[in-house]
Amino acid sequence: MSSASAGASRSGAPASLPPSGLPGLNASFSRLIDVPERHSTTRSTRRWHILDNAPALAELGVQPVGTVLCVHGNPTWSYLWRRLLSSATDAAADGGQAWRVIAVDQLNMGFSERTGEGRPLARRVRDLDDLTNALSTDALGLAGPIVTLGHDWGGVVSLGWAVDHPELLAGVMLLNTAVHQPEGEPIPAPLRLALHRSLLRPATVATPAFLETTLALAHPSLPSPVKDAYRSPYRRAARRAGIGDFVADIPVHAGHESAPELDRIAHRVGTLRVPALMLWGPRDPVFSDRYLDDLARRMPHADIHRFEGAGHLIAEDVDYASAVLTWLGDQPLVGQASEAATSVARADTVPDTDAGAGTIAGIAPVTDGGRQPLWHHLDDLRDSDDPALVEMVPARGQPSRSVSWRLLSKRVRQLAAGLAAVGVSRGDRVSLLVPPGADLTAVLYACLRIGAVVVVADAGLGLRGLTRAVRGARPDHLIGAVPGLIAARALGWPGQRISTARYPAPVARALGVSSALADLIERGRDEVLPDPPGPGEIAAVLFTSGSTGPAKGVVYTHDQLAAVRDALAAQYEVGVGTGLVAGFAPFALLGPALGALSVTPDMDVTSPKTLTAASVAAAVRAVEATVVFLSPAALANVVATEHSLTPEDRSALDGVLTFLSAGAPVSEQLLAAASALMPDARAHTPYGMTEALLVTDVTLTGIREAATAEHAEGGSGGVCVGVPAPSAHVRISALDPTGAATGVPAGTPGVTGEIVISAPQIKDHYDRLWLTNRAADAAVTTGERWHRTGDVGHLDTSGRLWVEGRMPHVITTGAGLITPVALEQRIDALPAVRRSAVVGVGPQGVQHVIAVLETTARSRRVHLAEPDLAAAVRDAVQGPDVAAVLVVPQLPTDIRHNSKIDRTRLSEWTAGVLAGGRMVKP
Amino acid sequence: MKVLVTGASGLLGRAVASAVLSAGHSVRTFQRRPSGVPGAEDVRGSITDSADVTGALSNIDAVVHLAAKVSLAGSADDFAAVNVGGTRRLLDAARGAGIDRFVYVSSPSVAHSGASIVGEDAAPADPARARGDYARTKAEAELLALGADSPALRVVAVRPHLVWGPGDTQLVARIVERARSGRLPLLGHGAALIDSTYVDNAASAIAAALERVDEVHGRSYVVTNGEPRPVAELLTGICVAAGVRPPAWRIPATLARAAGSAIEAAWRVRPGTDEPPMTRFLAEQLSTAHWFDQRRTRADLQWTPAVTLDEGLRRLAAASQPSITAS
Repeated sequence: MSSASAGASRSGAPASLPPSGLPGLNASFSRLIDVPERHSTTRSTRRWHILDNAPALAELGVQPVGTVLCVHGNPTWSYLWRRLLSSATDAAADGGQAWRVIAVDQLNMGFSERTGEGRPLARRVRDLDDLTNALSTDALGLAGPIVTLGHDWGGVVSLGWAVDHPELLAGVMLLNTAVHQPEGEPIPAPLRLALHRSLLRPATVATPAFLETTLALAHPSLPSPVKDAYRSPYRRAARRAGIGDFVADIPVHAGHESAPELDRIAHRVGTLRVPALMLWGPRDPVFSDRYLDDLARRMPHADIHRFEGAGHLIAEDVDYASAVLTWLGDQPLVGQASEAATSVARADTVPDTDAGAGTIAGIAPVTDGGRQPLWHHLDDLRDSDDPALVEMVPARGQPSRSVSWRLLSKRVRQLAAGLAAVGVSRGDRVSLLVPPGADLTAVLYACLRIGAVVVVADAGLGLRGLTRAVRGARPDHLIGAVPGLIAARALGWPGQRISTARYPAPVARALGVSSALADLIERGRDEVLPDPPGPGEIAAVLFTSGSTGPAKGVVYTHDQLAAVRDALAAQYEVGVGTGLVAGFAPFALLGPALGALSVTPDMDVTSPKTLTAASVAAAVRAVEATVVFLSPAALANVVATEHSLTPEDRSALDGVLTFLSAGAPVSEQLLAAASALMPDARAHTPYGMTEALLVTDVTLTGIREAATAEHAEGGSGGVCVGVPAPSAHVRISALDPTGAATGVPAGTPGVTGEIVISAPQIKDHYDRLWLTNRAADAAVTTGERWHRTGDVGHLDTSGRLWVEGRMPHVITTGAGLITPVALEQRIDALPAVRRSAVVGVGPQGVQHVIAVLETTARSRRVHLAEPDLAAAVRDAVQGPDVAAVLVVPQLPTDIRHNSKIDRTRLSEWTAGVLAGGRMVKP
Repeated sequence: MKVLVTGASGLLGRAVASAVLSAGHSVRTFQRRPSGVPGAEDVRGSITDSADVTGALSNIDAVVHLAAKVSLAGSADDFAAVNVGGTRRLLDAARGAGIDRFVYVSSPSVAHSGASIVGEDAAPADPARARGDYARTKAEAELLALGADSPALRVVAVRPHLVWGPGDTQLVARIVERARSGRLPLLGHGAALIDSTYVDNAASAIAAALERVDEVHGRSYVVTNGEPRPVAELLTGICVAAGVRPPAWRIPATLARAAGSAIEAAWRVRPGTDEPPMTRFLAEQLSTAHWFDQRRTRADLQWTPAVTLDEGLRRLAAASQPSITAS
């Protein structure tokens, strides 16, 4: 199908100005401009409608630093960019950088002229060139630098202009678009439908179906007046010919009229060295993440932000205008475009992981490097027959299994060689959907050894969260067991699929599996390995639990992961030969990197609550373990099942010297109860997060000392998480009255604020979240790596860190800020209370404090606390007014840790109930 | 300065007259029944009578206007005559008498359309959307009062929310009476957060507005204790303090609203001597959240409530005990 067949009958019509009163559109930006066609034989002049804030900037008396040239897609028009025009003009009026913004209505589209003839891609690119040429000779002129901004097929047209104008181009920005249809990949279903010969004209021109479908893609839905504004230039079929032409112009096969031009643009985009920004809405049925992957490969230097939850109409779904202006403000492109291009090219070749000079609050900068690679023990111990891994119950009904260093080392080398042989290359992303155990450990180290980037998303994210995480991390390969493979198949996850077990050919085909681990081992028998990756290369993307917002991919380099290992080794004296019970997955995987003998106890790894005291004792006994790592939920169950321990179990536990509970704060009571089981062990609980696995550490003794000291100091309380690990620096960024952490990070005791940390073991950056990374790096000296934790707390005079809650959970009352944790601890101390959560209701700055309780005697329904209990709670909190005390059967918790209260949900629920809403369970 | 306090026979009016006296001013009270405020000159008359109003304003420097029809039932004309007509008459007379300060005591219901109010500041009075005759006429009167604001006559509107205290014949008496006769259901689950105002706090806020009128004129201020509570807790607290059994039975809020509307309509057709047991307005008041952003009020009036909710309930209990034994 070609454009000619779709545009059979159509007539010309002059350009016009849009009707007045369209929501959000400042009519003074609209103008018509006559553009001579320099490339056509007819030498006609076409009239365009454009939005242009140049007159407004002139009125303000400001000189623009550059121009943003915006190109809409199909079937929208320049109205798509209204917010950017307004925001850019407002910013200039407020004394900020002044950007001229020009948004065009492409010919045959919007309020521009209906030319009466089809305009395939190459023509549209020339049209845009004609327009900028005309603009350069008009009274307002047009000079560089120019940054293009395109959406949908406007993205392609804008890139076509960009690659043709290197002398003016200073950057490219894209919202959901595509420049290449991969060979053999199906065209997205909605487009296939619209492209069907019998449907094309009815769907796009004769009826507004295509237009209406597009307008229905906004999340949340567009208000009716905005939809009407989008419809306004396309009211009659005759006005919609351009929409049909645009759809017909999609090069669905190599013989298509526009295929050569699309190929030309796609190829030339790969040579662009100017700064690039891609803002993406993943909920797009047409321009899915795979097109983002393609663009990211062509422009590896691009800044990318995926707005989870946004879709095709990302310009309506999120505040893209602020993101665009923020990004423009960050670019060194004012002045000469060529200079900017050079600086990006330079950045491209320099890894951004080095810590430079400069200090913050008098701290020496963290320098990376000089660490042993993660797999070095596997090399050093390759001839050792000592065990490296013990699985107490590798599979249901099987006896325990022991893997020697010799075997593990060999398997890792074979798998590494095999992976390389089936095309897994350095820098490729490999999603590991393998349950914890020997297979996972071997595959993990094999990937690390060849420089493949491992993507680890916890099954605790739930299927939806897992899908989003895997999809967003764009793995090139996926290694999994059956549940993971089925999900991958059913949900259309990308990437080559490798199974942990061998399946009969039909099963493998059905699952889309190309090989099994056993095949890789066979292919890798020669153990011919590629060069190992450098310390600055990306090693892993770990997904956060999602308990603090949508799951984020946390990116670590090899050196940073090695630093995590070294920090753990130093803090807990784990080294070669140490017997380690690994009941907490992240640390279990680090066992071979530590040189430790790790033993996995008998438990369902996806449900830490299933770990019993007897299982821990059995694991300890199997390897004479001296170190035990557990999650808090596992620890609680171990304490609860203590009665089943035999005298032999107890004497095995007597040999434990260190035990550690990580993942969420642990109460003193729980730690003390666990300590009683392991009388010779020092009880530790570290403070950390996916972005920084070890920041501080505290022992049971330390917690008790701290409580006394805090009371004496009159501090604001919270959970004491101890003093920073030797390699870590902890600072506090003080909160302003609105609860924003605006203070310069400092070590002043007693000041409550956001906890910010610096350490060699913190993350490099977040994956495809440019805005989030930018916020995380805000106010940080260039060259230093700091992580803003999102936790609120304070330091005491002894340098101990106290965690008082999460940033979004700070309650901003008319009388000041209140952090929840200290109040909860006081309420939890009441005999009638099992557990509590303190949340704020109402708008920022006037919130009131609400206590929500689980009572010791379980309540079966939600109700207001009885007067006596409410009075006891108010007495206990000592200070802030508690507006209401609610009793619930169960507080909502985050599924991964099964212990962190889901406060976002609880706050929304509380606000609903206290506004008079239905009293359903939270 | 000499201050005229209208409507001083009510709970709040008496407290305001006392607070203004305590601030060192002299006070004349003006209403139909004796005010009984010690130390105040008492003038009796009707706000609907021009001669009475003119007489009451002689040798007066400032006015605090509380007189209003505050019932939950009654004819629309009665509400308009007292609340709108009375305010207009008083404003006209005040201008004629060269009075330069005027505090109009209003109600948050003037800006309440029935939806929840969660931490909002005072919105403009809106007679078109106000619920019921009382709220609508108070809204019209507030607009009249603020419309009269000028450099010569400085007017401020103060809106205390749900005023209660010992001797209260409006809120507390109604609650206690209904609870006693078993006619006080909690609406819905009773968790809607409602702020209220202990009478002395409302009075001190009004007295503060009178002192600060040069800085705050032309504006409206909602006044509360700043201690919102679930409505069930508040009602229970008042009942316990007054020595009656707190409400135990609950009806769904939507049903209550529907019933309130029906009963209200029936009462209009066949008015009895009693007030209707439930009006739609009351149903909404008791089943949706009502609490306010008090930052501007406290900063502008340089005022904070001196009596906490708990202290207020203790005073209510202390004042109620004899009457319980008496009845």
